[in-house]
Amino acid sequence: MKNQEIISEYSFRGILKEVLSYKSGVAALVILIFFGVMILYTVIRFPYGETIGLWNSSTAFLKNPRNAPPVWWSIFTGKKDPRNIELKFNVDKSNITDEGNIFKTELKKDFLYDYDDFPTELNIFFNARYRKDPPLVKIYLVRPDGDKILLKEHTLRSEEDVLYLSNDFSLENRLDSQVRAKIPSGIDFSVTVTRGLFLKYSGKLDVLKGNYSLILDVELNDANDELTADAVVYGKVYGIAGTDHLRRPIHIALLWGAPLDLSFGLGASLSITLLHLIIATISGWYGGWVDSLIQRFTEIYMVLPFLPIMIMISLFYKLNLWSLLAVVVLLSMFGFGIKTTRALVLQVKTLPYIEAAQVYGASNWRIIFLYIIPKILPPVIPSLVASVPVYVFLEAILALFGVLDPTQPTWGMVIEEAFNNGALYKGYFYWVLIPSSLLILTAISFSLLGFILDRIVNPKLKEL
Amino acid sequence: MTNIVMGYKDDPSFRNLSEERQKELIESRFKSEMKRRGLDKPFPIRSVYHLKNAITLDLGRAMYMTSDGGSALVKNIILERLPVTVILFTTATVINFFLHLFLGLRLSRKYGSFWDKLVIALSPTSVIPGWFYGIFLIMIFYSWLHILPPGGLVDYPPPSGTIPYFLSILKHMVLPLASWIIASLFLGIYQQRTFFLIYSTEDYVEVAKAKGLTPRQIEYRYLLKPALPPVITGFALSVISSWTGAIVTETVFNWPGLGHVVSQAISYFDAPVIVGVTVIYAYLLAITVLVLDIIYAIIDPRMRIQG
Repeated sequence: MKNQEIISEYSFRGILKEVLSYKSGVAALVILIFFGVMILYTVIRFPYGETIGLWNSSTAFLKNPRNAPPVWWSIFTGKKDPRNIELKFNVDKSNITDEGNIFKTELKKDFLYDYDDFPTELNIFFNARYRKDPPLVKIYLVRPDGDKILLKEHTLRSEEDVLYLSNDFSLENRLDSQVRAKIPSGIDFSVTVTRGLFLKYSGKLDVLKGNYSLILDVELNDANDELTADAVVYGKVYGIAGTDHLRRPIHIALLWGAPLDLSFGLGASLSITLLHLIIATISGWYGGWVDSLIQRFTEIYMVLPFLPIMIMISLFYKLNLWSLLAVVVLLSMFGFGIKTTRALVLQVKTLPYIEAAQVYGASNWRIIFLYIIPKILPPVIPSLVASVPVYVFLEAILALFGVLDPTQPTWGMVIEEAFNNGALYKGYFYWVLIPSSLLILTAISFSLLGFILDRIVNPKLKEL
Repeated sequence: MTNIVMGYKDDPSFRNLSEERQKELIESRFKSEMKRRGLDKPFPIRSVYHLKNAITLDLGRAMYMTSDGGSALVKNIILERLPVTVILFTTATVINFFLHLFLGLRLSRKYGSFWDKLVIALSPTSVIPGWFYGIFLIMIFYSWLHILPPGGLVDYPPPSGTIPYFLSILKHMVLPLASWIIASLFLGIYQQRTFFLIYSTEDYVEVAKAKGLTPRQIEYRYLLKPALPPVITGFALSVISSWTGAIVTETVFNWPGLGHVVSQAISYFDAPVIVGVTVIYAYLLAITVLVLDIIYAIIDPRMRIQG
C-alpha cells in the first residue's frame, strides 16, 4: 500500500541515524538519556508514596542543617566548609558502675574537626526508656588544647528529648566570659555557642582545628534503663543539592521533579497535538457545517486568555498535577495548531489514494484515522517535541503563583519556595540555580531535538 | 455561612431568643444572602447573568483588595494598574519587533556567515521564557553586582520632580526589558531570517538584483514589502503573548501592573478581582485581533478586495 511506504520513510532507525549526524542532536539525546536514567533511579530508589510522606513530614529531617548549600559549593568559595558530624551514643549495659541507687556510665566519642568555618548548630537528640525517674546527663566537650568545657547538666524531660545546645543562653554567657578571659586584648565579634566552643584563642575569628571529643556522663536511676543519644554538629554544606528552610534535602524534590515535570510536559504536548490532529482532520474532511463550527470554536478559543484562566481554575478548584493536566488539555483543545493542520488536510484530501479508498468503500473514520492522520503526522512531530518545554515551564509558572498542590515536589515548587523564602536576596543561589539549570537542560534538549526533526521532515530547511 | 453565623453571634439583640428561633433566623439570613449574591439560581442562569456583567464591564467589588486610590471597585483597581503594564510590555514588544526585523533582514543577506551560524546555534535558548532569564538577571545585577534594583516601579522614597521620577522608572525597567529581549532575541532573528530567505529566492528579487539596485533598496522594497502581512501577524501574536507572559514577569520583578494584581489577588483569594482581570485580558486579546484585521486590510490590497 502506498500509504505505508510513505510512513516507512520515517522509520525510527532512519530518524535516529539522522539525528545523530548532528552534534546538537547527540547533545540533546545525551541529556534526554541522562534524564531517563535519573527517572529510573528515582522511581526505584525513592518509592513515590514513601518519599512524598517523608517530604511533607515535619520531623524527618531534623538532623540536617538549615539552608545549607550543596557540598560542591565550597569549590567556589575556596574554603573547606564544615559538613554534618553525627555522633551516636549508646549506653552499654556491661559498662555501668553501680553506686547505690545510681548507675553511672561515661560515653565518649572523638571526632576530627578540620574545617575552615564554625558549625551552624549543635543539638543532641535523646531517646530513653526509663522506669521511675528520667536519667541525668552531663555533657562535656574536650577541645584539642585540652580544655574540658561543661556544656550542660540535663535531666531528660521526656523519653524523647531534644537539647538545643546552640540556643542555650546561659551556656552562651558562660562561654563569652570564658573567651574574654582567655584573650586579654579583647575581641571584636560576638560569641555564640558554636563560636565559643570551636574558637582558636587568638583574638581573630578562627577555628581551632583538631581532634575534639564529646563526653556524656549518664546517671541512670534503674539498672534496666536505656538511653541512646545522637549528637549532631551541624555543618554548612549538605548533600548534592543542599537543603531548604525546613532542612529538607532538595535533591529529593529535584529527583521526583524529573518524572513529574517531564510526564506533565510530555503528556500535555502529546495529547494536545493528537487532539489538534484529530479535530483538524475531522474539520477538513467533513467540511460544511462541521468545519465552520470547529473553525468558529477555534477562533473563540484563540481569544481566551489561557494563563489567567488556568490560574483562576487551579486556584478555585485546588487541583493536583494530573487534573491540572486535564484542564490544560481541555483549554488548548482548539488552538492555533488546528488552522495549520487543517490546511494540510485540505491538501491531502485531494490526493488520489484517498479517492481510491473512497471508491472501495472505506468509511469516513477509516479514512480519517488510517489514511489522513498517518500522512500528516510527520510534519506535526517536530512541533510536538518542541512544545514539551512550554508545558514544563507552565508547570513552573503555576507553581510560582502558588496554585499547585504544595505536597507534590516539582522543580517549579522548589523555585517557588526559594522565591518565597528570599533565596535571591539572601544569597541562597544554589536553591534557585540547580532546579533552574535542570529546567533549562530539559528545555534546550527538547527544543534542539525539535529543530533537528523539523529539518528532517522539512528538507527545504536544510538548504537554508 | 460562617460570616453570617459570626455576625449573628456578635449581635446582642438576639441573645434572649430561644434556640430554635435563633436557628430559624440564621437560616433565613443565609437564604437571603444567597439570594443577594444570586447563588440560589441554577448554574446556567448564573453563567448568563455573569456573562452579561462581564461584557458590560460591570466587574463588581473586590472582597479585600483596594486600589491605591482607596476604591474597592474591581474596575478601578484594574484601570489603575493597566498603564503600568502597558509601559513596560508594549515597549518590550516594540523593541523586540524592530530588533528581530532588521537584524533578520541583515542576516538573510549575509547568510552562511559567522553571525548567521551563531544565531542558528543559539536559537534553542529562546524556549526559556523571559521571566526565567529575569531570575538570573536579578541574581547577577542585584544580588551579586548590586548595580540595578531587583524590582518595583520607582525608588523608595519616590524622587521628587518629573525628570528624576522618570529616570527612576527607567532604571527599574532595565532588567525586565533585558530579560524579554534576551529571551526572544535569537529565535526571533532566526525566524525572520528564514522567512526573508524564502522570499529572496523569488524571481522578482533576482530581477531587481540584475537591474543593479542597491542591497538596501532590495531589502526594503522587494523583501520587506511583500513579507509585511505575516510579519504584522507575528507582531500581533507577540503582543498577545506579551499580555499573558507579563503576568509572570511582573511577579518576578514585582512590577506593579496587572499581573501583580493577579498574584496579589491569588494570595488574598479575592475571587472578583481574579475574574475581573481574566475578563480584561479577554477584552485586550479581542481588541488586538480586531485591530490586526483592520491593519491587514490597510497593508494588503488582496484582503480588501475579498472583503
